Amino acid sequence: MINASLKQLAALLAEKKISSQELTQSFLERIHARNPALNAFVTLNQEISLAEARAADVRIAAGGAAPLSGIPIAHKDIFCADGWRTTCGSKMLENFVAPYDAHVISRFKTAGMVSLGKTNMDEFAMGSSNETSYFGTVKNPWDANAVPGGSSGGSAAAVAARLAPAATGTDTGGSIRQPAALTGITGLKPTYGVVSRYGMIAFASSLDQAGPMAKSAEDCALLMNVMAGFDERDSTSLERPTEDYTRDLEQPLAGLKIGLPREYFAEGLSADVGAAVETALAEYRKLGATTVDISLPNTRLSIPVYYVLAPAEASTNLSRFDGVRYGYRAPDYTDLTDMYQKTRAQGFGSEVKRRIMIGSYVLSHGYYDAYYMQAQKIRRLIAQDFDAAFRQCDIIMGPTAPTTAFNFGEKASDPVSMYLSDIYTIAVNLAGLPGMSVPCGFGTNGRPVGLQIIGNYFAEAKMLGVAHQYQLATDWHTRMPNTI
Amino acid sequence: MQWEIVVGLEVHTQLSTRSKIFSGASTAFGAAPNTQACAVDIALPGVLPVLNRGAVERAVQLGLAIGGHISRRSVFARKNYFYPDLPKGYQISQMELPVVEGGSLTIQIGETEKTVRITRAHLEEDAGKSLHEDFHGMTGIDLNRAGTPLLEIVSEPDMRGSAEAVAYAKTLHSLVVWLGICDGNMQEGSFRCDANVSVRRMGTTELGTRCEIKNLNSFRFLEHAIDYEARRQIEIIEDGGSIRQETRLYDPDRDETRTMRSKEEAHDYRYFPDPDLLPLVISEEWIERTRAAMPELPEAMRARFMTQYALPAYDASLLTAGKALATYYEALVAAVGGDAKTCANWVMGDLSAALNRNELDIADSPVSSRQLAALIQRIADGTLSGKLAKEVFEALWQDEGEVDAIIETRGLKQVSDSGAIEAIVDEILAANPGQVAEYRSGKDKMFGFFVGQAMKAMKGKANPQQLNDILKRKLG
Repeated sequence: MINASLKQLAALLAEKKISSQELTQSFLERIHARNPALNAFVTLNQEISLAEARAADVRIAAGGAAPLSGIPIAHKDIFCADGWRTTCGSKMLENFVAPYDAHVISRFKTAGMVSLGKTNMDEFAMGSSNETSYFGTVKNPWDANAVPGGSSGGSAAAVAARLAPAATGTDTGGSIRQPAALTGITGLKPTYGVVSRYGMIAFASSLDQAGPMAKSAEDCALLMNVMAGFDERDSTSLERPTEDYTRDLEQPLAGLKIGLPREYFAEGLSADVGAAVETALAEYRKLGATTVDISLPNTRLSIPVYYVLAPAEASTNLSRFDGVRYGYRAPDYTDLTDMYQKTRAQGFGSEVKRRIMIGSYVLSHGYYDAYYMQAQKIRRLIAQDFDAAFRQCDIIMGPTAPTTAFNFGEKASDPVSMYLSDIYTIAVNLAGLPGMSVPCGFGTNGRPVGLQIIGNYFAEAKMLGVAHQYQLATDWHTRMPNTI
Repeated sequence: MQWEIVVGLEVHTQLSTRSKIFSGASTAFGAAPNTQACAVDIALPGVLPVLNRGAVERAVQLGLAIGGHISRRSVFARKNYFYPDLPKGYQISQMELPVVEGGSLTIQIGETEKTVRITRAHLEEDAGKSLHEDFHGMTGIDLNRAGTPLLEIVSEPDMRGSAEAVAYAKTLHSLVVWLGICDGNMQEGSFRCDANVSVRRMGTTELGTRCEIKNLNSFRFLEHAIDYEARRQIEIIEDGGSIRQETRLYDPDRDETRTMRSKEEAHDYRYFPDPDLLPLVISEEWIERTRAAMPELPEAMRARFMTQYALPAYDASLLTAGKALATYYEALVAAVGGDAKTCANWVMGDLSAALNRNELDIADSPVSSRQLAALIQRIADGTLSGKLAKEVFEALWQDEGEVDAIIETRGLKQVSDSGAIEAIVDEILAANPGQVAEYRSGKDKMFGFFVGQAMKAMKGKANPQQLNDILKRKLG
């Protein structure tokens, strides 16, 4: 059952072979047993989870319940959930209980899915290893010395360790795709604007997107059907006709033209990751697809552009954490300025402070044109690279991350080295395109490798189909850490 | 040595939308603290702004009314600074691309007319209120006001001295109230002025260093603050010093301005386009629809009153001071069917006096235009003498009923029956032979005595014209 797909779980519930309460309880017991070692969850609330499960059972019994009713789901602790502590991985919000539901959360509630708990994450989503969390690191279920990736490290670990059948994540520069790759699961970042950001604590407003993390593309498609859609409370939310993200799952791949950016297969890519990706591409050719070399010439600029724009937006998004209305306030201070300074010095971790300082600097008088404006201009060039590429191919593939999961502490003291681990994922956010990662093998150290699939705007259904066909022909996505 | 006082004004007008510029919370004044601040206004984690269409509508109306250019594409920007009454740690405003650019306002200073150019007008959100009294060494923060829509209207430094500045402020105030985009309640903070004041020697063209005096919420304070500041700056320069550019506050208790912060401490607001909001795109169609639905503007109405109703400028100005008054007047003239000057006199005279005495607005007048029209018609058709008409007006004010009913009940109908008047006149002449003789011997002033006696005998109801004719005939 811990390996069951969402469809299988839905069938078990519908056939009354198991109740939602039993299902939820069994996951809660697994969490209770294994979370202390993994630290994937920061908040659990058995009462609420079981109450939701009970309500789901009633609706299932009455008939006509939504397709995923009664199935538990873990939520990244970046989503405000009414009555739940919502920390965003930070001391600033250590005791903050959200008084409202994020749009994504209420969609899952309406769909009858059970809130299993809040998962650990890099502080304010700033990180690629879940090492910046105030609540401690998350262990990669494949290797306790390895990071799970970040910032959605807790959600990735929870799914990989089968502590939850599904989880929500968010992705600003790769924070769904990279941890999915490092933990051997499937994760999707939708086109910017497809999933509402209302209630999702903001990191970089023009880059953040919420998305599903699960064991397969099919599961992700079902979750997208719940998550996606217009929300009038988010001015950047797109109003479009409703989509069924499962509609292309059975599409055969014959004739699919896969673009391979030469910049993604150049220096910096670890050999074992490259080999696993090549094996995956060979599989795709067997399934009828062809590959074509393409170029995304401005790839090398995506890291500096991102690390100007994201901190700039974040520096102002985090100004509201000032100790005045909610959240942490320093216990001793002499006046207002002292209160502000102590609260923010004590409440924020060092990576967050680093990015606030960078962000403030690039927006400041005299530097705005050289940094912020310039970065925005290059951002357009990066998006144009993809426009041009999609005229030569239907879909783009490459490695999700340059290496498999690294060890704790390996990159933590060298921020730039940490930033470079997002080299293949970041440009996708800058362009607002959809991106996925699917497991495609293992590295020399037995740690998972992820294949990134990048589609054109609103191509999620096609991407999920492309991933699903691969998952029908291979079994990487069914592998489980043997510690589980 | 002649000095020129140069003034530019930045006026913050609270727009009259029911809800806030970026959230659905109410903008109503006077609620208990922090009861009208929703999640978005308090800047809880995860909340997002959504633009209020009504705020944009009102900005477009103002832009059209001042002859400004409506930006087809304008951008919201974050203005960053930390203060407890600014929940997000930034204010959403507009910087490089405001919704309105250019325009002007014609002001009247005594007999002179002057055009003041407007640089721009932009939309932004108001901050909450910091209350420093009543909290024992602490400050109370009320976020009800946070998020109220503001239209900041910035003028060029075209004004010279406090009188022009006050005239501009009053004209702008009338306009925004006239358009219905702002309630103009200055005590409640709906209309707040920041004055940029500098001085220079008369005849020079370079602008002096200016100081900004913030948050003047009455015309009186505006006038006094500018006067004090100008004197202060002139004194400094005459003593050989130079003006330090700074922001100042006006203290009404001491009637002086004081430093708030200097340029050295000036904030770098780190403006950048707000990524949570899309660029504001205003279509040609929206602008045309707004233009078509705009009320006639005060200047145009004043000119029309002068031609259409043949009124002097003074009357036209008074009657178009407010939209409600102008509407009342026009309804009155229409109901009377003419006689615009008489109608103007009644409105500017008896009606206004009664309204002022009772501290009422025209909207709350107990005498409707229809009723006043009936009164004026009864004077015109001879039923009522001018003098008794005032009594009827009083009765209307007291809600005694309609005009004809009052005339009937009180028996005020003018007597135009020459037979009846003759009879009375005969009586009076017979009763006052001495005065008759005096009149006939040349004392013309005696005529008034007979008029008075006859009116008294007829309780004021004699038709004055007929009475005059009959008396003249009988007295010879």
